[in-house]
Amino acid sequence: MTPSLDRRAGLSRRFSRLGEPAVEWAIRLCGWSAIFFVFAIFFFVFREAAPVLFGELDLEEFFTSVNWRPDSTIRPQFGILALLAGTASVTALAMAISVPAGFGAAIFISEFCGPKAREALKIVIELLAAIPSVVWGFIGYMVLNPVIIWTTGAPIGINILNGGIILALMSVPVIMSVGEDALKAVPDAYREAALALGASRWQLTTRVLLPAAKNGLLAAALLGVGRAVGETMAVLMATGHSVQIPHGVLDPVRTLTATIAAELGETVVGGTHYRVLFVIGGLLMVMSLLVNLTADLIVNGVRGRPNT
Amino acid sequence: MEAAHIVFHNVTVSYGSTIALDAISLEIPKHQIFGIIGPASSGKTTLLKCINRTIDFVPNVRVTGQVTIDGEDVFRVKNVCDLRRRIGMVFPLPVGLPLSVYDNVAYAPRMAGVHDRDELDALVETCLRQAALWDEVKDRLRLLGTRLSGGQQQRLTIARALSHRPEILCLNRFSIAVDPVTTMKIEDVLVELKRSITIVVVTNLVQQAHRLADRVAFLNRSRVIEVGPTEAIFSEHPASQMTFDYVRGHFG
Amino acid sequence: MSLEAGLFTAGPIERRKRRVERVAHVILLLTTAALILPLFAIVIYLVVKAWPVLSWSFLVENPQHYMTAGGIWAPLVGTFYVVVLSLAIAAPIGVLAGVYLNEYARENWLTRLVNLAVVNLAGVPSIVHALFGVGVFVMMAGFGRSVAAASCTLAIMTLPVIITSTREALAAVPFAFREACWNMGASRWQTIRTIVLPNAIGGILTGVILQVSRAAGETAPILFTGAVFYVAVPDSGLASFFPYGLRDPFMALSYHLFTIATQVTGVSEALAYGTAVVLIALVVTVNLVSIVLRVRLRSRRKW
Repeated sequence: MTPSLDRRAGLSRRFSRLGEPAVEWAIRLCGWSAIFFVFAIFFFVFREAAPVLFGELDLEEFFTSVNWRPDSTIRPQFGILALLAGTASVTALAMAISVPAGFGAAIFISEFCGPKAREALKIVIELLAAIPSVVWGFIGYMVLNPVIIWTTGAPIGINILNGGIILALMSVPVIMSVGEDALKAVPDAYREAALALGASRWQLTTRVLLPAAKNGLLAAALLGVGRAVGETMAVLMATGHSVQIPHGVLDPVRTLTATIAAELGETVVGGTHYRVLFVIGGLLMVMSLLVNLTADLIVNGVRGRPNT
Repeated sequence: MEAAHIVFHNVTVSYGSTIALDAISLEIPKHQIFGIIGPASSGKTTLLKCINRTIDFVPNVRVTGQVTIDGEDVFRVKNVCDLRRRIGMVFPLPVGLPLSVYDNVAYAPRMAGVHDRDELDALVETCLRQAALWDEVKDRLRLLGTRLSGGQQQRLTIARALSHRPEILCLNRFSIAVDPVTTMKIEDVLVELKRSITIVVVTNLVQQAHRLADRVAFLNRSRVIEVGPTEAIFSEHPASQMTFDYVRGHFG
Repeated sequence: MSLEAGLFTAGPIERRKRRVERVAHVILLLTTAALILPLFAIVIYLVVKAWPVLSWSFLVENPQHYMTAGGIWAPLVGTFYVVVLSLAIAAPIGVLAGVYLNEYARENWLTRLVNLAVVNLAGVPSIVHALFGVGVFVMMAGFGRSVAAASCTLAIMTLPVIITSTREALAAVPFAFREACWNMGASRWQTIRTIVLPNAIGGILTGVILQVSRAAGETAPILFTGAVFYVAVPDSGLASFFPYGLRDPFMALSYHLFTIATQVTGVSEALAYGTAVVLIALVVTVNLVSIVLRVRLRSRRKW
């Protein structure tokens, strides 16, 4: 039995589609509210920072002075140079360790590894990335601390070295996975061509893949930097509380992020100290924005298309 | 000539600064196979997209002019989805939806509100028979559509296009990804279907147009160069020299 | 050309090439091992130090004696509530927003700006989320330091990542499917409901599960928005399962670890290590669930 072919052309919708516009409006609403929240953070942080940013905060003192005395009753000072040095030193040490190590691991996993080992390693790295920062801080504070004291003879083990190692371990997963993506994005045609010319895997890697993937690798390193700069709990617990410009890797320091974490609870809401912490927060946001934008630009170019 | 089913009145389509169709006027008669030939980028796909208004999905598109089906302007219909159900569309690359073969063909009827099991069974069988696919899949209706071969998937696409009982069937270079045997089967299907459905076939294979079409339009660079009965287009003296050159393979 | 032993045996250049390659292989292997092995060593060390304390009662008992003894029930429950609540807010909004951005929004400067904002928000330092949470939810909305404020803060933190991973999952569904459905007269929502979402749901779920583990482990966003040092929580009975009201401050596992490690004296080492181990176990388990889900999805691909 076949339905007649000359029935009225087309099958029109038999039931009214009442529910559908409602669903589509709900979707639109969620889209717009998400957009709203996304911009709200940027807006709000700067709003709270604005009164002192355009008011009593002496920007020159802010960026160039090492005197961070927000609670002084005589004359509060808001110089963050020491804090910037803290963030910079810990990040620099962390990158010095994690960038080469992360690239090495990325190359190994991408080019020198069998498929089963690759799957296993990628899962391990993913689990490494999942470890919460407070646990890393705990490891730095409880485990690495005595180890550093024991091996270097320093009086305290929470310092740049401690924070640097911990941050390195925290940044490695990002560098490794973005780096591996960059290597994988190099067209197979390059690999086949090099191998056809008789290159060994190492020659292929150093002479063909690394130059071809250099944009992606640079982006990976930048994202690692972004991760390290923005980290809070781990550095709070592992680098110490000393607001000073460090002279060596065994000196304790304090980072920008740790400062906010340590002091926000004790400030008066709406007071100057409170608002200056928001200024620091804004600064951190700008820094991470710049890092992400640069990484994105490097990989995607100005027109939003892949650049490898 | 038969009554005109689809009419293009001075239609111009542009995306940004590119002109895809340039003041096209065309009449496609009912219950015939209408062939459209021409080199790449001559606007053939855009033309098809205007018929069922999937041109709407192209970003930054501007359309002027009128496209009518049985006199009704397609850009002014009340319900675009109902319009699209009156037209079946087959693409160059076979696309099997990630559903069972049965569900692939039952998809459009279900979206239109048909839920009666017997009705769906009958419809699925009819469409698969019409697409010359029934015998190969009748015992495997639960098989995932994406697991069929390329030729079978293309016939599945045709079955899907027929599942909403269209009055017009458009095929856009349907044979390029498909083996010659399947192509032959599909061409037989089209000849059978033209008795009740108006068929528009866009093709890069000039000989295919010669085999199948009753009337042919030759497009080049977004313009209609010539329209006429197949014998005229493929004769020694078509109206335009360009037509003669293209059909003989001197360019394109 | 000579066909003697010279054609296919290795000459000096080839031999050196192979030596360099072997050395490189070993160095790279050692580098990778140097990253992985200390991790295993640390985890084993943590478990060993935590061993005296790890038991069922550790999980279900409340902290006693000013944190120096007892278990972690109150923080565990607190983390659970805050995570569930924050995801109940962020997941629906984030998924639907992802659907909007990938399926409905038109390509223009506004959408590109939004994409940029979402990607960058995902990279904002967690302490800045704390600042936002304090300013907006604790102060402006008047929730005070509470479960509500902390959950909202965590929701904002996980929102951008859920949006991004939803979009990736949706983008993985081939465009050809959508086109085929539209050409058959299905509307955009019908197509999304019947073809796109069902085939993207696995990826979406994976993304949401990963945010569960992130929300459970984060400390900074809840630091000033509701997590506190100590709240008296009933030790047993039904009330011990629902100890915190929406407007109450609460204890959380991540914050608890921070305080007993750095702020409280006289805490037995095993207690601190035990808390760390439980937190790691929680996070790793959730992540493993998402990894297993991802692997199973890949093998059951329908196209």
